[in-house]
Amino acid sequence: MNPLLIVEEIDVRYGDAQALFGVGLTVRTGETVAVIGANGAGKSTLLKTVAGLLRPARGRIAVDGRDVTALPAHRRARLGIALVPEGRRLFPSLSVEENLRIGAYRSAAGPWRLDRVYELFPHLAGLRGRSAANLSGGEAQAVAIGRALMSNPRLLLLDEVSLGLAPIIVRQLYAALPAITAAGTTVLVVEQDVAQALAVADRVQCLLEGRVALEAPASEVTRAAVASAYFGV
Amino acid sequence: MTWANAVVQGILLGGLYALFATGLSLMFGVMRIVNLAHGDLSVLAAFLAFALGDALHVAAFPALLAVVPAMAALGYLLQRLLLQRSMRAGPLAPLVVTFGLSIVLQNALLEWFSPDSRALDIGGLGTASLRLSGAVSIGWFALLCLGVAVTVLAGLQLYLSRTGFGRAMRATSDDPETVQLMGIDHRHVYAVAAAIAFATLAVAGVLFGMRTTFDPSIGPARLIFAFEAVIIGGLGNLWGTLAGAVVLGVAQTLGAQVSPAYAVLAGHLVFLAVLVLRPQGILRTAGVLP
Repeated sequence: MNPLLIVEEIDVRYGDAQALFGVGLTVRTGETVAVIGANGAGKSTLLKTVAGLLRPARGRIAVDGRDVTALPAHRRARLGIALVPEGRRLFPSLSVEENLRIGAYRSAAGPWRLDRVYELFPHLAGLRGRSAANLSGGEAQAVAIGRALMSNPRLLLLDEVSLGLAPIIVRQLYAALPAITAAGTTVLVVEQDVAQALAVADRVQCLLEGRVALEAPASEVTRAAVASAYFGV
Repeated sequence: MTWANAVVQGILLGGLYALFATGLSLMFGVMRIVNLAHGDLSVLAAFLAFALGDALHVAAFPALLAVVPAMAALGYLLQRLLLQRSMRAGPLAPLVVTFGLSIVLQNALLEWFSPDSRALDIGGLGTASLRLSGAVSIGWFALLCLGVAVTVLAGLQLYLSRTGFGRAMRATSDDPETVQLMGIDHRHVYAVAAAIAFATLAVAGVLFGMRTTFDPSIGPARLIFAFEAVIIGGLGNLWGTLAGAVVLGVAQTLGAQVSPAYAVLAGHLVFLAVLVLRPQGILRTAGVLP
């Protein structure tokens, strides 16, 4: 099957500091890929570059065979890439439902509508009129995921879903993932929580200081291999 | 009763100030740009209406049909081609650009139209009034200005709260980077906000020109009234802008009731008092836009 996303040899810099060094990644339609790594390994940078918020200094990004390296973020979103950004980044002056609706601003045809998102995260239905500024971390993360789904993306990028949340809330959020992939969405997750990442992913890639340290099917990686790739020892 | 009359006239004057200040409030609310050329742009709109009357004998009200879309288009292009680029250099750069634009506009208007004072003729409407009692009468034109202001503000409020694009505008005001992930081009949203702002300031500029005389150098003196209305009401809050404008208008007419020389001074004093006592504005609430 054709790869949905191809990232080839990208270098990404923040001014003088280089965050990614020749990173490559392929995600095939229908699979779930996890990118793991320690703090500062470049995971979020990789997702932001795929979404178009950062431009690589070198390398190439293709979606469905089309080169999108030069496309700005809002044009990539229209091609079916949705990023759930690190830190949720909800719109605080909008209500929960307005945040979800804005996700559908350039929506493609597909299964995800307001009622389906409320079905996926039932507790959000009761909060629909609440200002997005007054949500708990778990509620905000559910809204952020719902907002991304509302565009009916082909590729959903999840950045650090577990960050700052209690383990039980993280499990609840990840429990929604099978319903998302079953609807035909390809998922690329970035996680610090290795166990969680290995549990949901078909394939896993580990970044170490901006370079790919490990790439393997999730079922085949050993704890020792992950530890050595994660910490570089 | 003369004091009651002064209050009524102040409320009516506040309508025109509110209409004038709306664009300033909107541009600050959506893209954090303080447009120092706001006053001069409203004078430009009045001169455009004047030129249409002079060259083509178009009456002042029909001239709005040409002036308002032209100014809206100017706003879109100015934001997209000039201000958007300057925003990359930090928040100070657009401020300096609009300051420069203000000077360029004043001199260009001086070059094209001479320093003579002009007025837009609206015939008998300028003086017709409705007598409510012995001392209180309401000018039809002033009432029209207040009506237009309330209509524009209510329309803008509905647009921002009920339409998809209005929602995109509020979201862009919150976080211009994240809206791009929703497929929204923040630069387009900014430019549309500028177009709306310019359309409203064009209406206000032409109405100002019907009310009193204008000349190429009057822009900055008007800008201060818009600033005062916006600050008194609360930055970026549209209904606050109306409230602030009414407070300013009433302060000015009450000051004028004491002595005509005190009109502008009274407005400034109220403005300073609000800055000292309630710097967030009288109607300031959470969120930048309604």
